[in-house]
Amino acid sequence: MNETITEPPRGSDKNNRATHDLQNAPTEPTSRMDTHEAAQADVPRSIIEMKNLSSWYGSFQALNSISLNVRKNKITAFIGPSGCGKSTLLRWVNRMNDTIPTARATGSLHLGDLDLLGSGTDVVDLRRRVGIVFQKPNPFPKSIFDNVAFGPRLHMKLRRSELVDLVEWSLRKAAVWDEVKDRLNAPALGLSGGQQQRLCIARTIAVGPQVLLMDEPCSALDPGSTLAIEELMNELRDQYTIVIVTHNMQQASRCSDETAFFFEGSLIEMNDTKSIFTNPNSQKTEDYISGRFG
Amino acid sequence: MNSAVNRDRTLPQLEQQVQTLLARERRNLSWVRFRERGIFLCLVGCGLFSLLVTGSIIFVLASETAKFFQFSEVTLSNFFLSTQWTPLLGNTKSFGIWSLISGTFMVTAIAMLVALPLGLITAVYLSEYAPRRVRSTLKPILEILAGIPTVVYGFFALMTITPLLQWCYSGFNVYNAMSAGIAVGILCFPTVCSLAEDALRAVPTSLRDGAFGLGGTRFDATVKVIIPAALSGIISAFLLAITRAIGETMIVALAAGSRAQITVNPAEEAQTMTGYMVQIAGGDVSNFGIEYYSMYAVAFTLFAITLTLTMVGNYIRTKYRETYD
Repeated sequence: MNETITEPPRGSDKNNRATHDLQNAPTEPTSRMDTHEAAQADVPRSIIEMKNLSSWYGSFQALNSISLNVRKNKITAFIGPSGCGKSTLLRWVNRMNDTIPTARATGSLHLGDLDLLGSGTDVVDLRRRVGIVFQKPNPFPKSIFDNVAFGPRLHMKLRRSELVDLVEWSLRKAAVWDEVKDRLNAPALGLSGGQQQRLCIARTIAVGPQVLLMDEPCSALDPGSTLAIEELMNELRDQYTIVIVTHNMQQASRCSDETAFFFEGSLIEMNDTKSIFTNPNSQKTEDYISGRFG
Repeated sequence: MNSAVNRDRTLPQLEQQVQTLLARERRNLSWVRFRERGIFLCLVGCGLFSLLVTGSIIFVLASETAKFFQFSEVTLSNFFLSTQWTPLLGNTKSFGIWSLISGTFMVTAIAMLVALPLGLITAVYLSEYAPRRVRSTLKPILEILAGIPTVVYGFFALMTITPLLQWCYSGFNVYNAMSAGIAVGILCFPTVCSLAEDALRAVPTSLRDGAFGLGGTRFDATVKVIIPAALSGIISAFLLAITRAIGETMIVALAAGSRAQITVNPAEEAQTMTGYMVQIAGGDVSNFGIEYYSMYAVAFTLFAITLTLTMVGNYIRTKYRETYD
C-alpha cells in the first residue's frame, strides 16, 4: 500500500533524475514555467488529509479536532498567533512529535494511503518522504558536503561519484551551490544564517522527499535571506508539496497558494490565500491578518 | 506578607510616602566601597594562594630531585636507560625509571580498557536512550560509586577480583597488575561517565531533531551526530580519567605488588610509580638516604607525565570545541 505514493526517487532511479537535472539546470526558465503551468491545469489532489486530529502534551490540549487537506505541489501556509498549535500540527505530519514523550494524538492523519498515526508506521521511512526544515538553521558540525551527504549515506548505498552528483544537485536546487561550491569541505557552521538555512533545505531534499515541512524557516533570518528562501520555495513547488508555518503574514500572502488560520488549537478557516487575505470568512481571521492582535 | 498590604489606600497617599522614602534612604557609599575592596583582595588572595601552593610543590620536587641526582651511584643514563629498578638491593642498586613507568602504564591501560568503553556507553545510554525515571535512579548510584574510598577498592581488588582471576586462570600472582587495573577502571568509570554525559547533553537538541528529521534512527543520531559533536568533551573526559588512573595510589599499593619490572604479563606483579612512593614514604627505609631521594625523582617524573596529559587535554579541548549560539 505504500507503493502508491512512493513514486519519486528511490535507488538508482533517483540518481538518473539527479544527473538529468544537473544537465538541465542552466537551461532557460521557460521550460520550468511550462511544467508549472501543466501542474496548474491538472486538478490538484490532496496529499495530506487530516480528520478530527486532536493532540495533547500531557494533559494540555494543543490541537482541537483539526480537519484539513493539503494539496499536492502547492505551498500551504499555516498562520496564527504563538501557541495556536500550528507547529504542533506540522510536527505530526512527519511524527517529529515522537521525540516529545508526553505528546499524543487522536483522529486520522494520512499521507496518501499511509496512516501516519498508525503504530505500525515506520517513522524512518516517513521522515525520508516528509522532510522538515526548522526555525533555526541547524547544520551539523561537519563539512558542507557531509551535511548534505548525511541523509543519503543513511538511506542509500551510493558510489562516491553518485554521492557527489546528488550533493551538487541538492545544493543547486537549494540555490546555495554558487556560494559554497569552492568550499565544500569547509565547516557548515562557518556559513551565514541564510546560507545555513538553504544548506538545511539542500540536506532535506537530498533524500528525495515528496513533502517539505517548513517550521518558520525565515524567522531567524535577515530580509535578504528571507527573500532568497521565498524564491527558492517558489522554485521547489513544482517538485514538492510545501507546508510552511509562519508568523509573517506578508510572507504567507506572498508565497503560498493556500492559507490555514489557526487560533487556540482550532482551525478557524482555510482557503486559497487570496481569499483569506482579501475576503476572510471569519471575523477572527480578519482581526488577525489586519494586525489587530497576535 | 500580603496581609500587611492595606488595599484601601489610594495612589496619591502612597506617592507621598514613597517620595519621602526615596529622599531619605541612601546607601552608605564609603562602606560599600570598602567592602568591595575587601572582597576583591580576598579573591586575589585565594588565587595567589593556589599559585603559591603549586609553585612550592614544584620547587620542592625539583630541588629534592636535584639532590637525588647528586648521589654518585645515580647517573642520568642509569635513570633513563636502565631496565632495572632495584633501589633497595644493597650492592647492586639500580634506578631505571622505566620499570616503574611500565607498571604504571600497564595498570592504566587495563583500567582504561575497563573505564572508557563502559563509561562512554553508559553515558550514551543515560543521555540519549534512558527514560527520565531510569536516569534519575542510575545517576545517584553512579555518584555513590564515585564516593567509595579508594582503599576499599584496593581491598576489593585483593580479596575479590584477584581470587576470581585466579579461579579463571591459576597463573595469576596474588599481587598482579590485572586485578589492580580492573579496580582502578571501576574507580574511573563514574568520572568518565559523568563527564561524557555532560558533554553529550550539551549538544543542542536542534541537532538531534536534524538527524531525526532526515530519517535517522536514535543510533544514527547518536553515533553520527551527537558523539562527533561532543567529541572534545568526551576526549577530555578520557584524558582526565587517564590522569586519575596514573596518579591512583591506594589500589595499586594494595593490589599490584611491590616488584618493579618491565613486563607485559598482567598476571605478574607490577609496581607503579605511586606504589613505590607509598613503599618508601611508608617507612621501609631510613630517611635521607638515596632511596628517600629517589622517591622525589619518581614523583617528579609522575608530575611531568600528568602535566603533559593535562596540557594535551586543554589543547584538544580548545582545538576541537564546537560552539553553538
